[in-house]
Amino acid sequence: MTAQMTSTAMPTAGQHGLVAHSDGAFVPVQTRSERFRSTNVDDFEPISGREHEWKYSPVAAFADLTSGELDGSRIEVEADEVAGIEASWIARHDVRIGSTGGVPEERASANAWSSFGEALLVSVSGEDEKTAVITRHGLGDTPRAAHTVIEAAPNSRGLVVLRGTGPARLSENVEIVVGEGASLTVVSLQEWDDDAVHLASHFARLGRDSFLKHIVVSLGGKVVRVNPSTHLAEQGSDVEALGLYFADAGQHLEQQVFVHHDAPHTRSRVTYKGALQGEGARTVWIGDVLIGNTATGTDSYEQNRNLVLTDGTRADSVPNLEIETGDIEGAGHASATGRFDDEQLFYLMARGITEDEARRLVVRGFLAEGVQRIGPPELEERLTAALEAELEGR
Amino acid sequence: MSVLEIKNLHVNVETDQGTREILRGVDLVINEGEIHAIMGPNGSGKSTLAYTIAGHPKYTVVEGEILLDGENVLDMTVDERARAGLFLAMQYPVEIPGVTVTNFLRTAKTAIDGQAPSIRSWVKDMRESMTNLRMDTDFAERNVNEGFSGGEKKRNEILQLELLKPKFAVLDETDSGLDVDALKVVSEGVNRAKANTGLGIMLITHYTRILRYISPDFVHVFVNGRIAEQGGHELADRLEEEGYDRYNVAESAAQ
Repeated sequence: MTAQMTSTAMPTAGQHGLVAHSDGAFVPVQTRSERFRSTNVDDFEPISGREHEWKYSPVAAFADLTSGELDGSRIEVEADEVAGIEASWIARHDVRIGSTGGVPEERASANAWSSFGEALLVSVSGEDEKTAVITRHGLGDTPRAAHTVIEAAPNSRGLVVLRGTGPARLSENVEIVVGEGASLTVVSLQEWDDDAVHLASHFARLGRDSFLKHIVVSLGGKVVRVNPSTHLAEQGSDVEALGLYFADAGQHLEQQVFVHHDAPHTRSRVTYKGALQGEGARTVWIGDVLIGNTATGTDSYEQNRNLVLTDGTRADSVPNLEIETGDIEGAGHASATGRFDDEQLFYLMARGITEDEARRLVVRGFLAEGVQRIGPPELEERLTAALEAELEGR
Repeated sequence: MSVLEIKNLHVNVETDQGTREILRGVDLVINEGEIHAIMGPNGSGKSTLAYTIAGHPKYTVVEGEILLDGENVLDMTVDERARAGLFLAMQYPVEIPGVTVTNFLRTAKTAIDGQAPSIRSWVKDMRESMTNLRMDTDFAERNVNEGFSGGEKKRNEILQLELLKPKFAVLDETDSGLDVDALKVVSEGVNRAKANTGLGIMLITHYTRILRYISPDFVHVFVNGRIAEQGGHELADRLEEEGYDRYNVAESAAQ
């Protein structure tokens, strides 16, 4: 890319303990972990669109999900039958609900939490590698609430794909509990219809020496907002958070990623890559990393890269890093948003490749790096196929 | 027999300081199987000629023609020119992140031939060309030009030349930045491509060094956007002795 911009966010006033974090209502919330949180939608003020968590989003397009009544009945899911990955429904008072310690920080998430009837429980056990795809489709036009708990037993391994297709107006919470020594991959794959709206908050809690690979792939939908928070709660836990998104004309794809280092020797890698094409294509990436004062020996890096293919698009990229301890191994962040490089186009076309195909090749290449890191070949193939379809404009 | 004709070519380029005239009436005929060396000081317009033939959008043709077997090249898009049989080995090939050399070459070959090459012969051809150019096999799985050394980039250009089999190739300072071993390997590749397909070559260079390994049939000296003198190999020898001084151009003035 020719035009590269590297942004380094300014430190916030609350860093390094300069401001006490618990001064009460008169001091604006400074640190990421001390935002207002509640599972009850009525505890949140009505949304104006100026709130920091909503200011990049087209809030009028989904007022039904933030302030309307949500249908909390079971949603139809198709789940692969795989030994060691069991899907079942649990009641909302089940002890596993809320076991990540994750609590909604905004109104859509709280509305879903207040409204869901039963939760989908996905239990991963056993040390062998396995994959299960859970597809939600045919959700229709009714505003819905959903709650999912993905639980990986200690030392278990597995990959769970949570996929959405068809029409939807969905607000949901996904809790991910990674047990001690477990290695879990969770893929949230958004292939919704063009007019769908999907607002999701993921709350992951990682146990001692566990590993979570968390992947968000957003391709289809009018408005898709997937906000994953990862709590590296115990020593030696490790998260790799990957994101791929491709926004077409009129599409809004957003992700607010939060990683909280809260124990010694924790590691995080956040890599989100996006492409934008067409009038009104819009993407937002906010990456917050908080390294708490107990998180000595933290190793953290987050980056966001956007490839702008046409005029009329807008990519917001906001990396934030808060560090409360001096004793860390590394912490860095990077953000680059660049235009399509015409010299690449010329090079490929000078080899006989048509302009359309050359563009596809460059975009595919840009996103391929992300796909290549996803892991299992069959999943890579599925994602490559989904990306191809997106590039073909299907 | 194929022929590439350049007639009275005038080319402008838009810069921040306004329009600049770079080529001021170039006439040149290259027949299949001929090697023409285009030599000249920096800023004389050699690269502009190369990029204009390939169709880079930065350059505007204000007068003149380029014909390939009588067909008007200037009416063709960049990819159409390549499919018609023109090839430009670039001086500074760009990186294409995430696109492997294998994928790139197969895509280009398919585009040029109008059909995908048969897998068996394609893999064999690729392996053979890579061995000839002393390229490691893992090279094919690397992303195009990403992290390549200067020499690797030039070898990759010549690999494409060998595999895509154009009618005419323009080599834009393929020799620059190469050590003597790499220069020999690259030159062998060009000679091999010519022996195999009988293509015509326009060899653009600042130095006479590469002419020890690739023997030109014609030498043209390019000064101030046009051909100032032409001759055979002996002209190159004279340039090696005397440089470009007798053409009365200070190199910096021509920038």
